[in-house]
Amino acid sequence: MEWLLQSMADLHKLNYMVQYLAAQLDSSFAALADATRRGVLERLGGAEASITELAETFHMTLTGMKKHVAVLEQAGLITTEKIGRVRTCRLKARALETEAAWIDSRRQLWNARFDALDEVVEALKRREKSHGHESE
Amino acid sequence: MGMRVNSGRTAVERTSERELVVTRTFDAPPRLVFDAWTKPELFKLWWAPKSSGVPLFSCEMDVRTGGGYRIAFGFDAASAMAFYGKYLDVSPPSRLVWTNDEGEQGAVTTVTFEDVAGKTLLVLQELYPSKEALDESFVGMEDAMPEQFEQLDELLASLIPSA
Repeated sequence: MEWLLQSMADLHKLNYMVQYLAAQLDSSFAALADATRRGVLERLGGAEASITELAETFHMTLTGMKKHVAVLEQAGLITTEKIGRVRTCRLKARALETEAAWIDSRRQLWNARFDALDEVVEALKRREKSHGHESE
Repeated sequence: MGMRVNSGRTAVERTSERELVVTRTFDAPPRLVFDAWTKPELFKLWWAPKSSGVPLFSCEMDVRTGGGYRIAFGFDAASAMAFYGKYLDVSPPSRLVWTNDEGEQGAVTTVTFEDVAGKTLLVLQELYPSKEALDESFVGMEDAMPEQFEQLDELLASLIPSA
């Protein structure tokens, strides 16, 4: 019976995930239904760009491009970041990749340091245990 | 935000725009681990791991609240790159806080050592003055000394006999 309960629990989880994904896809499809927005995604696939650059590329007003960017951002397809007066847009996959690489470089440094610290601490422990034996 | 990487035995998490938290457990009581952070002869053995490529050139530490430290990485005095600051809190064997004063963008680092059944849960938190400071914070010596590294690469290349 246990496997059946487990399967039902899995199905429930799956159902929940499908609903969640469907909601995500709805907003993604709505965002992709527009030719300009598809163009913007293609453009950002090459490199990040500011809203001003995007407006120029697609011969649009700044206000018009801001609306498209907002739809893409709400659909979770891009991220934007404002530095000073410039708002930069990136494809979300790329933004995540960048963030993952950023944190992984930190982890590598600390992990290497702490592996070395582990050895130092082990040596201190050994020294303390043999203390009194005057072995060295 | 909240991105977490947990492979190896070191967990690293960006807990906010300005904060990075590193966690690891060491199989020794806090007083021993604390010693390794506060005695220069021990600190030297691990702060610049071999994989970072650049050795610790010098290390001076006046470990008491209000005391200063100065650490230099490099191969010689001319190319050495110094990091310095002061200790804001030294509470053996459970807490250590210091500043990084080389520039405006330096972090305040807090390390806590918690005894968990004879082991030490170490939590290191770096708090930067701004999001940008953390984004651009230096990682390895590769970032800090690209020119020296290029020179080293060239030197090494010239030493390797061509096939």
